[in-house]
Amino acid sequence: MIRSLILGLVALCLAPVAAAEPVAILGEKVWTGTAQGTLTNGVVVIDNGKIVSVGTGAAPAGMPQVKAEWVTPGLISAFSRTGITEVPGEKSANDTGAGGSPFSAALSAADGFNPDATPIAVTRLEGFTRIAVAPDARAKLFAGQGFLADTSGQPGSVFKDRAFAFIVLGERGASLSGGSRPAAWAALRGAFDDVRFFTARYMTHNDGNVLTRMDAQAFMPAVKGEQLILIEARRTSDLEAIMDFKQENPMLKIAIVGADEGWRVADRLAAMKIPVIMDAFSNLPASFSQLAATSENAARLARAGVPVAIVNLDDASHQARLAAQIAGNAVANGLPFDTAMKALTTVPAEIFGMSGLGVLAPGARADVVAWDGDPLEITSAPVAVFIDGVSEPMESRQTKLRDRYLSLDHTDRPLAYKH
Amino acid sequence: MMKKLLLSAGLGVCLALGACGGSGDGKKKDDVPRVFDPFPSTYAAYPSAPTLITNATVLDGKGGRIDGGSVLIEGGKITAVGTDLAATEGAVTINAAGKWVTPGIIDNHSHLGAYPSPGVDAHGDGNEVSGPVTAEVWVEHSVWPQDPGFTRALAGGITSLQILPGSANLFGGRGVVLKNVPARSVQEMKFPGAPHTLKMACGENPKRVYGYGRGSFPGGAPYSRMGNVAGYRAAWIEAADYKKKWDKFLDGEGEQPARNLELETLAGALNGDILVHMHCYRADEMAIILDLSKEFGYKVASFHHAVEAYKIADKLADYGTCSSMWADWWGFKMEAYDGIRENIPMVHNAGACAIVHSDSDIGIQRLNQEAAKAWSDGKRAGIDIPIEEAWQWLSLNPAKSLGIDARTGSLEPGKMADVVVWSANPFSVYAQAEQVYIDGALMYDRNDPAIQPVMDFELGQPGEGDRK
Repeated sequence: MIRSLILGLVALCLAPVAAAEPVAILGEKVWTGTAQGTLTNGVVVIDNGKIVSVGTGAAPAGMPQVKAEWVTPGLISAFSRTGITEVPGEKSANDTGAGGSPFSAALSAADGFNPDATPIAVTRLEGFTRIAVAPDARAKLFAGQGFLADTSGQPGSVFKDRAFAFIVLGERGASLSGGSRPAAWAALRGAFDDVRFFTARYMTHNDGNVLTRMDAQAFMPAVKGEQLILIEARRTSDLEAIMDFKQENPMLKIAIVGADEGWRVADRLAAMKIPVIMDAFSNLPASFSQLAATSENAARLARAGVPVAIVNLDDASHQARLAAQIAGNAVANGLPFDTAMKALTTVPAEIFGMSGLGVLAPGARADVVAWDGDPLEITSAPVAVFIDGVSEPMESRQTKLRDRYLSLDHTDRPLAYKH
Repeated sequence: MMKKLLLSAGLGVCLALGACGGSGDGKKKDDVPRVFDPFPSTYAAYPSAPTLITNATVLDGKGGRIDGGSVLIEGGKITAVGTDLAATEGAVTINAAGKWVTPGIIDNHSHLGAYPSPGVDAHGDGNEVSGPVTAEVWVEHSVWPQDPGFTRALAGGITSLQILPGSANLFGGRGVVLKNVPARSVQEMKFPGAPHTLKMACGENPKRVYGYGRGSFPGGAPYSRMGNVAGYRAAWIEAADYKKKWDKFLDGEGEQPARNLELETLAGALNGDILVHMHCYRADEMAIILDLSKEFGYKVASFHHAVEAYKIADKLADYGTCSSMWADWWGFKMEAYDGIRENIPMVHNAGACAIVHSDSDIGIQRLNQEAAKAWSDGKRAGIDIPIEEAWQWLSLNPAKSLGIDARTGSLEPGKMADVVVWSANPFSVYAQAEQVYIDGALMYDRNDPAIQPVMDFELGQPGEGDRK
């Protein structure tokens, strides 16, 4: 019922679209993420999983159409735990981290990924077609390996395993390393040495300073600069220390997660071309590492030229979808709209090297979202979501619960018979 | 409803005065512990100029909307709401063309001050976890008025809020209603005459914390949901007995019973003087609590985190309680697994009292957005509620749940001038609270750093407030 209602609302004249057939997606506004900017009355034609054309004018004749107020690339969550925990509060349903494991850097979050996890569809329904998924650090500051996936919920939706290493510095890193920042840095430097002297240290026995043989092996591409390292840190001095470390090790590919006080070192971050993945809601001195947190952090970072991706760090598994609301709030606090959109599309795509994603451009992958309004506006929602050209179901366990209870009438049969 | 409940108790009048003095009827009223408040409010409204806000879209908070509307504030009160209001002599006139004016937002579920920023170990004052029944504690004794979170909430249009103890316990203790003004002591924030409240909790938290949260098997009681309910009943039975002794004494019979802080609170709840706020996610558990409250003759003022309220919205409407809800939090634990985005409008649509609450120092900064999300999701599901009606979720309904709706929660002549001027439609992500008035006094102005409070803790730090 709800579905037919939505279809009616947006005049979605969508003939049943089989996988990756041609579709013309028409938007009163089409945000492309490219030099084309935002088109008025734009048309995006997709076929065979790719975007064929992006322009204005009439849609090709004889092609199924989707009409909506706004059309954007599929949004990308640059930092989530979506799909690796069904219920974070239940140990049996939570694969985000492993405090009891002897391993750390080698833990691969993809091993815990479940495309059937209900947060996947819930996240997709809000316009997110791709997610970067990070493990959580529980035993050491080395959380392990993160991956990239689409939100189709299909087998094979992980499209890049071991896409990045995730490590945690600052207060959390200190506590995971025995109790102080010096201990965290000793562990980090020790781990780098373990990798660099791998042959000498591990060929005959497991004798690293910090890492087990398996962890050292897994951490090797990151140390060599062949793999992206995401580093969680908030305080100005932590950010400075990371940039110093990067200067000593210029081959490293890093991005900062958090950076609550990042605006204070924005110029240096920009000069060093270090992107920031941040939660623009952080505006409280919630810890001694966030004393300079401000709702203008995103705007100030962007103004300095730092590439900014916006995420929800508060509940990254089930509420990654709120990144659009957070980006809207960043706009209200001075971030240009276009930059906020890029924080959900092109910047994450660049950080993770997702080619052909985050933009509407000929030849790009056909991840397209049609919206009933401004995508950053809290009252807007997607009416259609395409992943690699496939029109995705706009249904989740949540929508099924809603439909069951919209009427509480159970005079004839219990509500359990409504499904 | 709440008002009636309070007045019928008789002793509620005492509470309204903050403390009860001797009254010469043979028994000193300050011997009546159920309502005695030894920590009375010392809040007084800050000075305010007569103010006329004109040309705004006014949501009066009780379901009305006036385009091109005006609100007149005099002596800290709303004195008129309409279209063609004339400024009184000497009044400040604010041309609010293009802006929206609403009652101040009231969050009935916050832990500000009790779990303040920074969230260091020494600040973990929000929950007396030491036992499953700690009705004797009062969260106001944990509230640190210097929590910077109060100022961020103010910037989000919060004018009053309820601070609750945490949800580890079956009975967590007394809550407190505050005016959101910076202060040196919690007494300077206490909403004058607001009823005391009692925090209770259903479900996973009590049984986890006491039953199997302490590393031993089995821990103490409760270990299960049935243990939870047995725990409530045992405590209520004791409280009923205590209340009977005091009632007898007040009728002139017998010796003065010994005071018991825990039972004082519970007896106050049975008496109707103390409003019960109950953390309860699941529909089936709420249904049990409704019956439990009838067994002992008290009323649940509001269920909190009522993630499944939509499943029993009809029952909640019949009973006449409120549901305090998030717009879209879900799934973080088992009892939150069935959360849906249409919960709030579905509860409203069933004729029940719906409230948007935060339980978060981040969420409290934009409850208008949380309402907007729920409102739009309801609309997509075919539940079309006008914005002006939906605003009740943010001000009047929470005020009802706290027993302060006769004095604030809507823009009506005679009510406290707790007012927010928004830069745009507050159901937009781009809208900001520009001016926030509490009792007519301008306590926050987004465009004037001089009218933005900075707490002691923030002074001399790299931040010094949100946007310095």
